Amino acid sequence: MLSIEKIDIYYKELQALWDISLVVNEGEFIALVGPNGAGKTTTLNAISGLLKPASGDISFLGQSLSKEPPHKIVELGISQVPESGKIFAGMSVLENLELGAFVPKARKAKGQSLERVFDIFPRLAERQNQQAGTLSGGERQMLSIGRALMSNPKLLMLDEPSFGLAPILVEHMFEMIEKINQQGVTILLVEQNIQSALELADRAYLLENGRIVGQGNARELLNFESVRSSYLG
Amino acid sequence: MPASLGQILVFGILVGALYGLVALGLSLVFGVTKILNVAHGELVMIGGYVSLWAFSTLGLDPYLSIPISFAVLFLIGAFLYRLIFSRTVKLPEETKIKNTLLVAFGLSVILQNLALRIWTADERGITASYIGIAFKVLGVRFPVVRLANLVVAVFFLVALQLFLRKTYTGKAIRATVQNWEAASLVGIDIHKVYLLAFALGAGLAGVAGTLVAVNYSIQPSMGLTWTLKALIVMVLGGLGSIPGTLVGGLILGVTESATSFFINSNYREIAGLILFLLVLIFRPQGLFGEKEG
Repeated sequence: MLSIEKIDIYYKELQALWDISLVVNEGEFIALVGPNGAGKTTTLNAISGLLKPASGDISFLGQSLSKEPPHKIVELGISQVPESGKIFAGMSVLENLELGAFVPKARKAKGQSLERVFDIFPRLAERQNQQAGTLSGGERQMLSIGRALMSNPKLLMLDEPSFGLAPILVEHMFEMIEKINQQGVTILLVEQNIQSALELADRAYLLENGRIVGQGNARELLNFESVRSSYLG
Repeated sequence: MPASLGQILVFGILVGALYGLVALGLSLVFGVTKILNVAHGELVMIGGYVSLWAFSTLGLDPYLSIPISFAVLFLIGAFLYRLIFSRTVKLPEETKIKNTLLVAFGLSVILQNLALRIWTADERGITASYIGIAFKVLGVRFPVVRLANLVVAVFFLVALQLFLRKTYTGKAIRATVQNWEAASLVGIDIHKVYLLAFALGAGLAGVAGTLVAVNYSIQPSMGLTWTLKALIVMVLGGLGSIPGTLVGGLILGVTESATSFFINSNYREIAGLILFLLVLIFRPQGLFGEKEG
């Protein structure tokens, strides 16, 4: 479904990603894990079109994304839940969700999508007229995921959805993501919380210093000696 | 003399409404794109000439030519954004403000000289038949032309506010202001949003130009005065606050008219600038702006 072939990404002269290749198949739950600063967010932003690779190619359902602007990539069916949510704090919960369905195709299905989001996150239905900036951390994260679902994506990418949440909420969040995956949405999850991410995912990629240093079946990776000693203690 | 105090207040408010309208476009453009368009006053000037042209060649009443000056300046704004500002808007925020300031300053010089070529340096105005008419309420004079300032300013303020709050496109503009990255991730073409905001701001400058041509006179070099007024009003009202822009305009108008009455009309502009400094020192977020962070 999504295939990244040997991309390099630079921030001005500074190289952030080196020769990254990655494949996501339809329906899969993929985890992209690694320490802080490894390039996980950079990878997601490259897929979303916020950053453009200096070399290599990214393609989605057979179409190259390298020259497409971010809004076209959303239209093609890729949606990102950005790091720390980035909700529109000055608007109501409902307005945030409506904006999630901004692309023409999604706008037509707005009513249905809204029902689906409220079904997954009943809390958002209760708070729909509340100003988004007044939500709690967990609710903001739900809103951010809900907003991303409003475009009816085929591939949902989540950037550290557990960040800053209480452990009990983290568990709940992961359950919700699993539920979304079971509804047929392909998931690409970026996490620092390596243990939980690897327990959930089908396959995983391990990123370090801008390079992929390990990949494979998520459970096998969990048992990998080097992963255990470096990240899981 | 309560009647003359009332007169100062009324006069200040009616002039201030026009100041607010001039600042509205500048504030919208700055709020959305972070471009400080110091050529805004030149756009006001062109708006004035558009209405003057419609008045003298088509015999069109200046108030009826408002849609024309709006549309012409909207298109000019879109063109200028495409040609010039779309290149600077992608820069990181600090360099963006500095660079757009320089670019817009250059643009203002070019527009002034073009206007000199086309329309010469003569001062002109629109002399509609009803210009001298005023009516009195409780001893206070309400000139109809000045009263129209308030009506037009409030109309455009409310229309802009409704557009930003109720329409999908308006919401996309607000979303881009709040977080451009998240906005592009939900599928908003933020460069289209910037183009639209800039064009709308220019269109509003055009409307203000029509009113300036009726209230005062127009000439190619008038731009800087109006840009300065708009800047003062924008800072008074709070950057990016749309209702604040009108209130900021009213405050500047009343301050100026009080200064003219109690001191001397030559000190009018100085009073405005002193007000500007006081606000920057004691309330830099503006009277109605919110503190950042």
